[in-house]
Amino acid sequence: MELLLEVDHLQIAFQTDQGELISVDEVSFELGSGETIAIVGESGCGKSVTSLSIMGLLGTSGSVIQGEIRFNGSILTDCTENQLRRLRGSEISMIFQEPMTSLNPVIPIGEQIAETVRLHQNKSRKEAKAIAVDMLRKVGIPRPEAIIKEYPHALSGGMRQRVMIAMALICKPKLLIADEPTTALDVTIQAQILELMKQLQQESGAAILLVTHDLGVVAEMADQVIVMYAGQVVETADVFTLFRAPQHPYTQGLMKSIPRLDQHKKEQLFAIPGAVPSLKEIPSGCRFHPRCPLAVGRCEEEQPELISAADGHRVRCWMAGNTEQIFVNHTVEVTV
Amino acid sequence: MGHYIVRRIMIAIPVFFGITLLSFLIMNMAPGNPVDMLINPNIPKEMLELKKERLGLNDPLFVQYVKWLGGFLKGDLGYSFSSFAPVSQLIGERIGPTLLLASSSLLVGILIAVPVGVISAIHQNSKLDYIMTGLSFLGTSIPPFFLGLGLIYMMGIELKWLPTGGMKTLGGTGGISDIILHMILPVTVLGVTIAGKKVRYVRASMLDVLQQEYLRTARAKGLSEFIVTNKHALRNALIPIITVVGAEIPLLLGGSIIIEQVFQWPGIGQLTMEAILSRDYPTLMGLNLVAACIVLSTNLITDILYAAVDPRISYN
Repeated sequence: MELLLEVDHLQIAFQTDQGELISVDEVSFELGSGETIAIVGESGCGKSVTSLSIMGLLGTSGSVIQGEIRFNGSILTDCTENQLRRLRGSEISMIFQEPMTSLNPVIPIGEQIAETVRLHQNKSRKEAKAIAVDMLRKVGIPRPEAIIKEYPHALSGGMRQRVMIAMALICKPKLLIADEPTTALDVTIQAQILELMKQLQQESGAAILLVTHDLGVVAEMADQVIVMYAGQVVETADVFTLFRAPQHPYTQGLMKSIPRLDQHKKEQLFAIPGAVPSLKEIPSGCRFHPRCPLAVGRCEEEQPELISAADGHRVRCWMAGNTEQIFVNHTVEVTV
Repeated sequence: MGHYIVRRIMIAIPVFFGITLLSFLIMNMAPGNPVDMLINPNIPKEMLELKKERLGLNDPLFVQYVKWLGGFLKGDLGYSFSSFAPVSQLIGERIGPTLLLASSSLLVGILIAVPVGVISAIHQNSKLDYIMTGLSFLGTSIPPFFLGLGLIYMMGIELKWLPTGGMKTLGGTGGISDIILHMILPVTVLGVTIAGKKVRYVRASMLDVLQQEYLRTARAKGLSEFIVTNKHALRNALIPIITVVGAEIPLLLGGSIIIEQVFQWPGIGQLTMEAILSRDYPTLMGLNLVAACIVLSTNLITDILYAAVDPRISYN
């Protein structure tokens, strides 16, 4: 498979009032064309920041201070703003979490879609409009000729997300970054949107970088999975391996936190104790050790490297290989 | 929309009559009356009494109001007590210059405030931002009459670049360029005052919009920062500004009373001042009518414009 995106030892920092904060550290992964990779983790673990850094959209306070992002032969981290702008929307595009707030409320939908076409493909207003109508039909929007004149507020959340997808895919990008594309949607709509993304991916051959905290979405969509914790990659594997044999205690905790229909009624839903540390107080050693039931002295002192546990399965844990069956006895019996 | 406008106009009618009644009462509560204001000690008391009787000033207030209202409904605003010219003619002669001055000042004010506010917001907390907000604070704080006098002294008396007052050169041929030359100083004063107040609104509104996620979407399309700011952000930021500008128009007319005095601008500001000083009741009532019409119609126009620029608002 042809390598499309390579993220190599990425470190991202933000300038704040309290000085420089490292938000993402030691993040590396590769994505082949046509493949889907998912980044999972709790809020604030750096998954959105990583995806925004690929687009070069970290804003004025954020910057990549170490590492490289290579895309299709060019090094994105060395590109000028103008070069990046030519890639955005044409080669790499993005779908955001909130379809309610991600569309401009005072510009008609057709114009918002056609704008991208006119910018990157040198098409006339009329041609761009026709392309936009076609694309809207492709993403399953009924009456696209009428809808292009509508404003975003006239559409439902699911429809708006379809518009976002149409907008992102209109220039046939090689890479689609989807930042929590279904989080703000109803469950039934979620399934439709995921199905649509899959179908369009098969037609266009685009690679997808999916950012989510929903393991259900991961299981549905991803080939490869990256688990992030406190700005670092803690485990990466193909989707089957990760679900069958997660190695990192954090990944295992996440798996256990999924509510299951066959769960005993009196059993309380599992949760990983504690909370994600803030960027200002990153723990020493392994960043997960204060919440880890397996932590030993070494975890507190030395930071583990991402080591290979099996072919294509890498874990950042001192206990890797010995972590089976943890958390099992942590469930609490609740008397009703 | 049409339905909404009709309903708003129907509501405005009783409000309008309420305004005329209240202003009539308040006006009559002010000490003195038109006849006393003629201040000529040589006129005997009996003559004054006769004059009062003739002008109907001895009637009960209610009767006076109904008489005025009857005239108004027939399209007759009465005659000025001091110049004896028809009130409608007096106002008709003066309203043009005032509207010209007020609308030019508003335009200049907005043309200054929008770019300054936008640039200030984009470069938030930079030196440029501090300078611009500082200047806007200055523009708001300087009393217009003071700025007017300062400019007259500098540009008119010291440098002799611009005329110090009036609307046309006395004895001159007039013409548009002459009027524009006379407008520069008063429009600058009012424009600066308006811009000073509006810069903060534009800046705040723009700062709010710059946080919005749809700007990230726009950037993710590969649009340049110029398009992101001026197409995607500005259109949203200007929506709340419409209300603020709408609310400014009645204040602008009030403010022009003073500025018209300072620059001897032949508008309704001067007429208002003269009418108040001579307790010229019919003229004052006529001027109140004009003010009420302007306030009510700007409110309505503001609301209609709001719906026109913001697709999320509809009055149906």
